[in-house]
Amino acid sequence: MARPVTSITRFNMTALALGLAFLYLPIVILVIYSFNASRLVTVWGGWSLRWYQEFFNDRAMLEAAWMSLSVAAVSATLATLLGTLAAIGLARGERFHGRALFSGMLYSPLVMPEVISGLSLLLMFVAFSIERGFWTVTIAHTTLTMCFVTVVVQSRLVTLDRSLEEAAMDLGCDPVRAFLLVTLPQIAPAIVAGWMLAFVLSLDDVVIASFTTGPGSATLPIRIYSEVRLGVKPEINAICTLVIALIAVIIVVASFASKLSNARGENAAPL
Amino acid sequence: MSARRIFARPARFAAIAPYVWMVLFFLVPFGFVLKISLSQTAIAQPPYTPVFDVAEGRAALAAAFAQLSFDNFRLLLSDNLYILSYLRSLVVAVSATLILLVIGYPIAYGMARLPRRWQGVAMMLVIVPFWTSFLIRIYAWINILQHDGLLNQILLALHIVSAPLVWLSTDSAMYLGIVYSYLPFMILPLYATLSRMDASLLEAANDLGASPLKAFWLVTFPLSLPGVGAGALLCFIPIVGEFVIPDLLAGSGSLMIGQTLWLEFFTNKDWPVASAAAVALLLLLVPPLVLYDRLQRRQLAGRN
Repeated sequence: MARPVTSITRFNMTALALGLAFLYLPIVILVIYSFNASRLVTVWGGWSLRWYQEFFNDRAMLEAAWMSLSVAAVSATLATLLGTLAAIGLARGERFHGRALFSGMLYSPLVMPEVISGLSLLLMFVAFSIERGFWTVTIAHTTLTMCFVTVVVQSRLVTLDRSLEEAAMDLGCDPVRAFLLVTLPQIAPAIVAGWMLAFVLSLDDVVIASFTTGPGSATLPIRIYSEVRLGVKPEINAICTLVIALIAVIIVVASFASKLSNARGENAAPL
Repeated sequence: MSARRIFARPARFAAIAPYVWMVLFFLVPFGFVLKISLSQTAIAQPPYTPVFDVAEGRAALAAAFAQLSFDNFRLLLSDNLYILSYLRSLVVAVSATLILLVIGYPIAYGMARLPRRWQGVAMMLVIVPFWTSFLIRIYAWINILQHDGLLNQILLALHIVSAPLVWLSTDSAMYLGIVYSYLPFMILPLYATLSRMDASLLEAANDLGASPLKAFWLVTFPLSLPGVGAGALLCFIPIVGEFVIPDLLAGSGSLMIGQTLWLEFFTNKDWPVASAAAVALLLLLVPPLVLYDRLQRRQLAGRN
């Protein structure tokens, strides 16, 4: 049995503390400045909700936010369905024809530069003269995010004790029933975490959405991006803070889900 | 054993839907990139002349093959702009990966040496920024780095500089943005290998008279190489094709290949050249992708 190494030295602690400060400080500063009353982003003019008000009166921004939230919800749901099925196939399907191609297709989008995925999908949509808008972005996001769901659910399935499934089948369950009654409840937290990761990734994407969306249906990140290119605006700070708050809620729920799955077995999904 | 085999059939059946989806929306689109990279630019909507049309049958197909156009690839090779942006992408990705390794290693090391119950918390803290919107995190840095931003204010207040420095639109800002965005991707694989290390190995090195530094170089570091490889590839591959970070933080002087592709596509509306650039970028990424896949497989095999 390998024994883990534990050593708390000044060097280790400094490295860790500096690293975490580096990761979090910029976000904290952004959130604080979103409550700044001054129009100048850099001058502190006291606390105010002015820029939040501005956002809730900005029709174009609100429409983009609505578009983003609906794309994220629909694509995350589709991605969770497809990604879970793919994970089952990979973790329980043993050997089958085209398995290498299947896992290759599922793993390469994780690192594939987004400009390539976006461009290739767009060229196909144009070749089939499919009108671009909500559904094309949703399809693109589903394709990208289902790969992340697959990784999360598969890593949970692989660590699962299979004797329970086998016992259920020995007791007369058919495989589908055994899966629904025994396996599914055990991987449910990973599926929930997968859905949330897919939702967040979709909410975040600029590049693929820019390629696959049509005129008049910009997502929130596309709008933020075009504003940011022109410079810092206090309203953007407020929008970003709202997005961060939404994501924070999602993270709390997801970590609760993964804690559940931790309690049921070691080595929960890493994401 | 037989129960497993009975289970495998419906499991394979479950894979059909995602399989078809990925072929349709991941594999087939690459065919279109390849096809359009071989066609000619035209002022039309869509802006290219199809080299062949499957509907026209075999004869048309044969005729089309005779006049396949490699002009776009020839252009990529002859025009300095493209070669330079490829080189720049490689240089940026290699240097950023090295910086990430130097910064990420001590953090991952510190995490792996924490008592077990704190490790989960530390890992959570590293993963959370990965969930937080990547665009927002870059924007947060623009807030800090701009002309009258926090960084210049602090430097001025401390009398380190007498006039505000230019941070935005520089390569340093771009590297900062890349390192900031990709740090969790470097830390997590490193942490995974470092936390699995057996304490008795280091004790043995210690008993045999190695200093802690020497024990690190001779024992810990070589054992962590799979994590180094995985982290480096996980960062290198997407950084090569990065678009948003250089576009927002670097100057417009020299472009990375992702930016060139974007420019050709959206600004110049030259779809065939953009496609050719995508094909070339993909070819560049095949070796690291294969390497990464092999590394993953070896680690999975080692774990079972």
